[in-house]
Amino acid sequence: MNFIKKIIDRVKPTFSEGGKLAKLHSLFDAVETFLVVPNETTKNGVHIHDAIDSKRTMFTVIIALIPAMLFGMWNVGYQHFIAIGQEVGFFAEFAFGFLAVLPILLVSYIVGLGIEIVAAQIRKEEVAEGYFVTGFLIPMIVPIDTPLWMVAVATAFAVIFAKEVFGGTGYNIFNVALITRAFLFFAYPTAMSGDAVWVRTRDAFWWGAGEAVDGFSGATPLGQIGVAETSTPAFHDIMGNPIGFWDAFIGWIPGSVGETSTLAILLGAIVLIVTGVASWKIMLSVFGGGAFMALIFNLWGPDTAIAHLPWYEHLVLGGFAFGAVFMATDPVTAARTETGKWIYGFLIGVMAVIIRVLNPGYPEGMMLAILLMNVFGCLIDWFVVQANIKKRLKRVNSK
Amino acid sequence: MKMNEELKNTLLGPLSKNNPISVQVLGICSALAVTVEMKPALVMGVSVMIIVALSNVVISLIRNTIPNSVRIIVQLVVVAALVTVVSEFLKAFAFDVSVQLSVYIGLIITNCILMGRLEAFAMANKPWASFLDGLGNGLGYAIILVVTAFFRELFGSGSLLGYRIVPQSWYEAGYVDNGLMMLPSMALILLACIIWVHRAVDKELQEK
Repeated sequence: MNFIKKIIDRVKPTFSEGGKLAKLHSLFDAVETFLVVPNETTKNGVHIHDAIDSKRTMFTVIIALIPAMLFGMWNVGYQHFIAIGQEVGFFAEFAFGFLAVLPILLVSYIVGLGIEIVAAQIRKEEVAEGYFVTGFLIPMIVPIDTPLWMVAVATAFAVIFAKEVFGGTGYNIFNVALITRAFLFFAYPTAMSGDAVWVRTRDAFWWGAGEAVDGFSGATPLGQIGVAETSTPAFHDIMGNPIGFWDAFIGWIPGSVGETSTLAILLGAIVLIVTGVASWKIMLSVFGGGAFMALIFNLWGPDTAIAHLPWYEHLVLGGFAFGAVFMATDPVTAARTETGKWIYGFLIGVMAVIIRVLNPGYPEGMMLAILLMNVFGCLIDWFVVQANIKKRLKRVNSK
Repeated sequence: MKMNEELKNTLLGPLSKNNPISVQVLGICSALAVTVEMKPALVMGVSVMIIVALSNVVISLIRNTIPNSVRIIVQLVVVAALVTVVSEFLKAFAFDVSVQLSVYIGLIITNCILMGRLEAFAMANKPWASFLDGLGNGLGYAIILVVTAFFRELFGSGSLLGYRIVPQSWYEAGYVDNGLMMLPSMALILLACIIWVHRAVDKELQEK
């Protein structure tokens, strides 16, 4: 560690004001704060800080995302080798998935961090840590076959228009990773929906090429139910074998890279709740809202297949669990007041199921539900605060 | 000489410093609706330009005889007559475009830019100055429309004025047109970008 510190101290003057490479000081700052704790003291304002700064918070979220990411990588390989009819074993499946996901991850980080550094340079601020989580989330919420240039365009759009124009990390109204996905969904619908994008049938780095075997169908369960007639169909995997609740819970089904396994997502949720990084109230109320609305549709809903889908299936299919645990709890865009969190989460669950059931154009409603409620987060907080003021005023006036 | 300077400002001011869309933020609705392609945007821009200029002249000519209490109705009648003429003209000579523009030619009547110019300028100025003011505002409106439509058509359909720009080989290599460009929401973001660039270039427009 001392070795790194020495190098940084030696090159620091080159990047400081007046130095030869002063133009690149944002890049230098980013590397420095990533490697060591900078030797700087606060000059004004608050002098006592909590040890859990935003860098550590972000790192905890990354750790919480790792189970779902690893499972997602394995699942990409698993689905791929089923689709081309080969048996290669666990490690080869994982390696294939790793190679398939890695380019998306790299593109997301290079484009996003590049823009962050330029923006920080323009604003003369340090590079904020916020993008580390966003960049990790993006490959997890897109189909594995999304072309890399689309990921790059969407990431650039989201970082610039959903984040930097609002003032950077901590000031964004919308969840940046979800804006990336929304951009992809509306700009390139053919690459983001249908039944051809969820399972990779081509090779990854010239390895694992093959022809899809007969009877292969890459539709996700929500895609299958979207085209079904009135009664709930029996879901089937990509080879036509039936799958049930527990298959969807464990997650070996086609879907976006990191969102299929509710089990792995719940592991992440435990990490987030134990460390206190994310709000358990929001998570619980999202699931509650989704289950509540699904039950209502079961009882009085229209006579369509998805309206008859039992509530517990809603919670394990598609991006519901991923959105509830990692997206809805984003502290910047969610409601801040404790009562507000319950309302905010509950309405996300309700909206997600309403969009799924009532809008045949969007088989998955989680993304739109969270973005919609992002807008209302502050409004909910405002009403909660006003109600509290009114309550306490009444207490004062009654004496 | 001083008079000429003033007239020049009346004509050219709305192109930049006093642009009806990017500075006054008027007429946004139609700017979102007709800018999917360049052709309807051009036709819409020219139509608005003609209507604003002519209605400005007409109202300016009769400005001293209009009773103050019914001036809005009088203005509306004049605008409506001109809009009908333009609409019929388009139906006769450019039917395809008039179908694409659908109700938006008719809705020029409600365009805020028109009523704004009539109320703010034509009611208090001489016909020639009013004509130049209308021309300038119409032109300022048309420029923003065409710039927005340029980006929307180029990235949304890969063509300009209906001619293919993005070569077929790109599509075969995996390029896909951006569907978001076809939606009005992206037009609003593009307008915001135009305003952003405009203000970055013209420091006078920035709020303190």
